[in-house]
Amino acid sequence: MEFWLPVVFAGLMALAMLIYVVLDGYDLGVGVLLNGADDNEKDMMIASIGPFWDANETWLVLGVGILLIAFPMAHGVILSSLYLEVAVMLVGLILRGVAFDFRVKAREPHKPLWNAAFFGGSLLAALAQGFMLGHYITGFENSVGAFAFSLLIGVCVVAGYGLLGATWLIMKSEHELQRKAVRWAQGALWLTAAGIAAVSIATPLVSERVFARWFEFPQFLLLSQIPAISIALILACHFRLRRLAREIDHTEWQPFALAVSIFLLAFAGLAYSLFPYLVIDEITIWDAASAPESLLVILWGVVITLPAILGYTVFAYRVFWGKTRELSYE
Amino acid sequence: MEALALARVQFAANITFHILFPAITIGLAWILVYFKAKENRTGESRWRDAYRFFVKVFALTFALGVVSGITMSFQFGTNWPGFMETVGNIAGPLLGYEVLTAFFLEATFLGIMLFGRKRVSNRVHTFATWMVAVGTSMSAFWILVLNSWMQTPTGFEMRDGQAHVVSWMDVIFNPSMPYRLVHMMIAAGLTAAFVVAGLAAFRQLRGDKTEGNKTSLRVGVWLAAILIPIQIVAGDLHGLNTVEHQPAKVAAMEGLWEDTKGADLLIFAWPDEEKRENRFEIGIPKAGSLILTHDLDGLVLGLNSFEGEHPRVAPVFFAFRIMIGVGLLMLVVSWAGAWAMRKGRDAPAWLSRTLVAMTFSGWVATVAGWYVSEIGRQPWLVQGVLRTADAVGPVGAGAIAISLSVYLLLYLGLLVAYVSVLFYLASQAATGHIPRERERLDNPLRPQPARA
Repeated sequence: MEFWLPVVFAGLMALAMLIYVVLDGYDLGVGVLLNGADDNEKDMMIASIGPFWDANETWLVLGVGILLIAFPMAHGVILSSLYLEVAVMLVGLILRGVAFDFRVKAREPHKPLWNAAFFGGSLLAALAQGFMLGHYITGFENSVGAFAFSLLIGVCVVAGYGLLGATWLIMKSEHELQRKAVRWAQGALWLTAAGIAAVSIATPLVSERVFARWFEFPQFLLLSQIPAISIALILACHFRLRRLAREIDHTEWQPFALAVSIFLLAFAGLAYSLFPYLVIDEITIWDAASAPESLLVILWGVVITLPAILGYTVFAYRVFWGKTRELSYE
Repeated sequence: MEALALARVQFAANITFHILFPAITIGLAWILVYFKAKENRTGESRWRDAYRFFVKVFALTFALGVVSGITMSFQFGTNWPGFMETVGNIAGPLLGYEVLTAFFLEATFLGIMLFGRKRVSNRVHTFATWMVAVGTSMSAFWILVLNSWMQTPTGFEMRDGQAHVVSWMDVIFNPSMPYRLVHMMIAAGLTAAFVVAGLAAFRQLRGDKTEGNKTSLRVGVWLAAILIPIQIVAGDLHGLNTVEHQPAKVAAMEGLWEDTKGADLLIFAWPDEEKRENRFEIGIPKAGSLILTHDLDGLVLGLNSFEGEHPRVAPVFFAFRIMIGVGLLMLVVSWAGAWAMRKGRDAPAWLSRTLVAMTFSGWVATVAGWYVSEIGRQPWLVQGVLRTADAVGPVGAGAIAISLSVYLLLYLGLLVAYVSVLFYLASQAATGHIPRERERLDNPLRPQPARA
């Protein structure tokens, strides 16, 4: 128990974070792309994520919640070290979250203002999340180099979310907006690839332990498949987008699936590098875990509720399946 | 200012801003369930119209609640790392259950409730409305369990400086939980009732004569009239419970310095923390003992029995009087309103104007009540277990000051936007302006999709 419970919760936290990154990733991405669209397209873009964003963000609360409740010792260290970035991200999430409603309910002349808040908030949140990732994997170092690196990762995460958002729109939209989305996805793809490369190179350099984990034989043979498959997926996405740019066909859902797969692999690689540390080379999941009896109580809750949560999440996605129509309260 | 004070101000600002929105949505969700049930049963369009307007109010309010709530989940860690390090074994599972049983439920079904009317059957839409209401109330349940445990902790033992659970039943059903839960749920009902009545009254003043709006107004006023006497009784019982478990808080609420038999009930006073006395006071003889002990000569413990262990007196003392004052005003207005609107009469203009002025009266009473409860618990974060000063994090005053100013500006801006947009929505509805959403449905900008 003492050994397995923290492992199980680390797995659950990783799962929640992964779902968060993919789900809120596409809706933050749509926000980041907002300024490239005209007024009608903006309505359409936001309509495509309107019914989902709330639940998507709840995965962040669950992920941070598991960090808070299962690993309280690490929660304090991580969040105090990331204090300002977290504050920036929260301001971003607040702005975009309220803009969803304000932009259609406020006076018409105020709509551009709320659109700007939606765009700015999404950008700020994505940038801050990437910056946090950079700051986190450099072991909370406070040097100019680490800052520049974190900023780079910030930009790349914006691009990565942009890729998810654009490929989501390819799936959910039609006509001119869909064609625009293909072009956005093409641009975002390469920045995303650059970001993944940067993180992959940086993590082993920061920590000898991570280096050893990846480059020792024989696991290197197996592990080298991760970057190889990632490159293959990125190329596949590239060619798929190029074909869609010429002509839209029934493969319009594939770029999104490929983008999600790319994120999945990058996430798996990162998780492999870090495990079992919550703070690189300092705090392990066992150092930081709550008492086993408390973890068990939560585990029961998870076992009972998570299937239900996944069930009604799938149901909600099915209700709004297919091409997006205007959102209506009627 | 030092980091501790700043961390407290920041957390207080955030939690104050946050509670405004759940205080409305917890009650409004059930009012929407009621509208929906009435529509289903009677088939009358007025219920549907009432639902249609207030579901928009709900959507906006909910969004603000969600985003300010996400902020909260981070500030536990950034501002009070010592809290989770000491009592994480108890707070953790309670917060976890809130996320698992409430947040996902309400957030997921909200999408269907708001935008799914044309996409799902009426039965599923009714179900979604129910699930949102159940979710908001579940959320309130867990967080109030945690807060009550912080006020009256039971069911645990301390080992190596950490709280470990001995009995979850005792943790969850701790002594103040039932009282606080009931008191807050009714407060949420009252807050929502006055928002519904206030916005409907505003529409009426703008010339809205629709049956849907009259119905909303009536429901708001009646709900308030029914809830307020229950709330007064529940509040009294909660007070008695506090006398038993947190006498220092009650002494601050009453502004009572010495242990007294037959204590006065102070209507107004000016507590002087330096001299440890009231500079000026007006009170009703022996009424304090009567209310707190239900005995004219009952003994009430004063602040001097808790020197160094009691909260600052003035904020608790005044916040308590503000809560009571607003509560009494609610009683007068809602009963006068119910009388004026008896037997289907229209609300007279004086009533409508009063109700508009009182639209957000629930906020004032709820926030004041929470200040009594939370400031009243100081200097403890968890009564008798963890001091607030010992839970504060290592973040420097500078970083907190910067983020605090940004948050404050943002909150102020959003509050102004929220209130003005609500009244804007009401005036639009009143002038019969067709909502944009509807216009679109009748005249889609784009062709319907070939495949769905």
